[in-house]
Amino acid sequence: MTQRDGHGAVAPPAGEPIQLGRKDFVSDQEVRWCPGCGDYSILAQTQRVMPDFGYPRENIVFISGIGCSGRLPYYMNTYGFHSIHGRAPTLAAGLKAARPDLMVWVITGDGDALSIGGNHLLHTLRRNVDVRIVMFNNRIYGLTKGQASPTSEMGKVTKSSPFGTVDYPVSPLAVALAAEATFIARSVDTFTDHLKGTLDRAGHHRGSAFVEVLQNCNIFNDGAHREFTDREVREDRTLTLEHGAPMIFGKERDRGIRLNGHQPEVVTLGQDGITEADLLVHDETDPLIAFMLSRIYWPEFPVPVGVIRSIARPTHDQMLNDQIAGAIAARGRGDLKRLLNAGETWTVE
Amino acid sequence: MSTGTKTERAVQTRELERVTIRFAGDSGDGMQLTGTQFTRTAAAFGNDISTFPDFPAEIRAPAGSLPGVSGFQLSFSSSDIHTPGDAPDVLVAMNPAALKANLGELPPGGALIVNTDAFTTQNLAKVGYKSNPLTDGSLSQWTVFNVPISTLNSGALEGLGLTNKQVDLTKNFFALGLMFWLYERDMGPTLAWIEAKFAKRAEIAEGNRRALRAGYNFGETTEIFHERYIVPPAHLPPGTYRNITGNEATALGFVAAAQLAGRDLFYGSYPITPASDILHQLAGYKNFGVKTFQAEDEIAAVGAAIGAAYGGAIGLTASSGPGIALKSEAMGLAVMVELPVVIVDVQRAGPSTGMPTKTEQGDLLQVLFGRNGESPLVVLAPATPGECFDYAIEAVRIATTYMTPVVYLSDAFLANGAEPWRIPALDGLPDLTVPNRTEPDGFFPYARDPKTLARPWAVPGTPGLEHRVGGLEKADIGGNVSYDPENHHRMTELRQAKVDRVADGIPPLEVHGPAKGDLLVLGWGSTYGAIRSAVERLQADGESVAHAHLRYLNPLPANTGDVLRSFRRVLVPELNLGQLQLLIRGRYLVDAIGYHRVRGKPFRISELEAEARRQLAELGVPAGSATR
Ligand SMILES: Cc1ncc(C[n+]2csc(CCOP(=O)(O)OP(=O)(O)O)c2C)c(N)n1
Ligand code: SF4
Ligand SMILES: [Mg+2]
Repeated sequence: MTQRDGHGAVAPPAGEPIQLGRKDFVSDQEVRWCPGCGDYSILAQTQRVMPDFGYPRENIVFISGIGCSGRLPYYMNTYGFHSIHGRAPTLAAGLKAARPDLMVWVITGDGDALSIGGNHLLHTLRRNVDVRIVMFNNRIYGLTKGQASPTSEMGKVTKSSPFGTVDYPVSPLAVALAAEATFIARSVDTFTDHLKGTLDRAGHHRGSAFVEVLQNCNIFNDGAHREFTDREVREDRTLTLEHGAPMIFGKERDRGIRLNGHQPEVVTLGQDGITEADLLVHDETDPLIAFMLSRIYWPEFPVPVGVIRSIARPTHDQMLNDQIAGAIAARGRGDLKRLLNAGETWTVE
Repeated sequence: MSTGTKTERAVQTRELERVTIRFAGDSGDGMQLTGTQFTRTAAAFGNDISTFPDFPAEIRAPAGSLPGVSGFQLSFSSSDIHTPGDAPDVLVAMNPAALKANLGELPPGGALIVNTDAFTTQNLAKVGYKSNPLTDGSLSQWTVFNVPISTLNSGALEGLGLTNKQVDLTKNFFALGLMFWLYERDMGPTLAWIEAKFAKRAEIAEGNRRALRAGYNFGETTEIFHERYIVPPAHLPPGTYRNITGNEATALGFVAAAQLAGRDLFYGSYPITPASDILHQLAGYKNFGVKTFQAEDEIAAVGAAIGAAYGGAIGLTASSGPGIALKSEAMGLAVMVELPVVIVDVQRAGPSTGMPTKTEQGDLLQVLFGRNGESPLVVLAPATPGECFDYAIEAVRIATTYMTPVVYLSDAFLANGAEPWRIPALDGLPDLTVPNRTEPDGFFPYARDPKTLARPWAVPGTPGLEHRVGGLEKADIGGNVSYDPENHHRMTELRQAKVDRVADGIPPLEVHGPAKGDLLVLGWGSTYGAIRSAVERLQADGESVAHAHLRYLNPLPANTGDVLRSFRRVLVPELNLGQLQLLIRGRYLVDAIGYHRVRGKPFRISELEAEARRQLAELGVPAGSATR
């Protein structure tokens, strides 16, 4: 049976508990996103959630690729590395292997993670490298001023597609699932508390955590998620997931998701004798539920937000270091002199 | 033929200074193993040796076909040698394809030992022989020894209960045994190897033992050989030796370097010929704390190495030309963030996929200039398999002292070739410890050491040093993102100046031969042996010729210009179309002449000698002028 990985799985360094607040994580750099950009909110929630993990600032590292999202590390008063387009997960994997004591975050965009860095995303997730990957999904290339991205909807008219795109978009959650990510979640820039809670879960997960944050680029793709995230409609058009709870949504909490055969469908509680007992119960360890959730989207369905999947599996750095410890236990710590003199040798007088 | 009893015939033993043997057969025939066993035996006996394994690109090309031919050339000598020999004295050909592929390089009069059993009509037809060369007289200029190796070998293994296939797989050891007899070598080391290798498969071990002994005894009893040869031990400097390939020395060198630095070695790599063996070897050194990471591609491999270096480890990655091309952008990042990563390029013949198993020096300009922007980094190139160890340590020293990426250029010939290596004493190795920055007071991410221009190594986990680095241009000293025009100019110059400073801490370019004269032959990398041998021949003839060999390609040793200007002519032989030549012409305005061959093979001594003589003649130097 797969074990669900709950809170508190990541052990902060031993010693005195550290009392830090949001302000401790605010760097002295001036924030340079466009006014109104959703990235501000993601930054604020990231700074707000950091004290929860109990890590001292110096043990936290933010690594980003290139894109508007990539600027985030400059604004965090932790260690930060603004790398190159799409490659942040590779640096994170090397850093985490070398330094298992660090808490490593990767900040990326939809183009950074799914286009140029798609290969690294896949392999970082499948290895269960102990990093939290937060992908800002604005369904557009922001930094390069408005070209279509791998999550742009089919037919989208952008600077690079004046006649509309002829490319099918990809579901980031389905990609993460196919890549064997042990933690997958989705939140929204404007759902501040939900976002903080989701980052909190991701931060406490041990292993690869992938968080898609639906983010508004008010300059190049304004309102990309508005239809289901606007204050007036969000409760009716999103489905907030909770492990072990039936999938209920709506302002009146009167609608839910039920399986009809193996197809999900939206039902109304109380109609045709439907009760809560008929609804699908969310299970973060069930890959089939996770797959279903990765596929349903507005307008056919409410958009699932929250933790889609969370399972426990040994992490890459843990297994790597176990191998090393095992080898040392079995053979003794490597002796350089013996190594150089190994095999057949002969002496010349 | 073989009666099993010792013959009374008188077999002479002749002493030779040097012998070069080439074993050639189908890639399934175990020629690499045969060559390696002979090499170990010769090395342990005390000969100087040099080897040249020549693999086919295909793992298992159709049996008996030309593309499937695998060769292993080794030269062993009682004097100091630098190369595996231009041409073999003896060619062992296990089938018609091996004969056809290698005969062109066997000089007239050379010895040819053939497995006659493999010369079937079918095998002959496979490689386009219209008639059997063993019987049609076409081999008359060579000394041919016809040996039905397969038949004799299966006879020797009869009764063991091995399958025909298993028996066939041991015939290389028959050939090896025969060569051991011919060169009066001890079978002991190989017997011990068989013992260890097939410890769990007694019947296979016995098969190989019998094959080896049968080959040896065949030499003893047959009448076809009238002489045996002995190559006495060489007078190598005192010490403990082992046989080592370039890739082995590279791997050992980086393990040693990390220990000397007191840091963990992190190795990120994606498999590619001829660099993969470094990964295979390092992956076994877990008890040395070596962390190996088989990445999803070369970009991830170098990215991970940068991440590890950022965390305070020795970050290492290796590949070959195509992989280095993929790493370029990240190498530029390492230049920009000034972190100590080492990038090993085991060059192979290009461009593109090229000839993956063959050697070339085609990547010099790629590693120097193949990145966007002004992106200087340090480039080193060991010259011999043994030096691969020393320059691994040197690469780490420079990377950590100057906080800079370092490229280490090896090639397929160095990587796979072997030589006896004098095992260094640990206390003779340098101390590579450098401190991490820990003091928050006065910390700036891009403040520099006044001597080396290195910025501080401030690793995550250090309280009070939280800071941000990245690929965007940074303000001098403070390290914030900066678009200031003057700052970019200054930082670009600083990055260059830092790499230039490395020249202050490296030895001058040494000249082997007269300090001034007619001709300087300037080389780099694995061409060392061939150039040195050619120059020594010319010097023995009294020519005013010297050899200088660059191990540091960026920065070049400070005296390089002076050395070049001390000779009337500079000849630069390279296994490319003139990359170092272009570089030194540009840097020193010296009219260097190139000599270029890109056949996927190392230079022959004779061709370099001839080219040098041609240059001397052009200069109007009468032969042997230096002695007159
Ligand atoms: C190798 C390389 N190719 C292209 C670029 C240009 N580039 C920078 S960001 C970007 C796209 C960013 O889109 P996304 O990841 O969605 O980030 P956003 O700006 O939307 O946050 C591109 C194409 C680059 N910096 N490097
Ligand atoms: S371009 Fe879009 S994503 Fe980038 S900062 Fe501006 S609003 Fe934000
Ligand atoms: Mg985007």
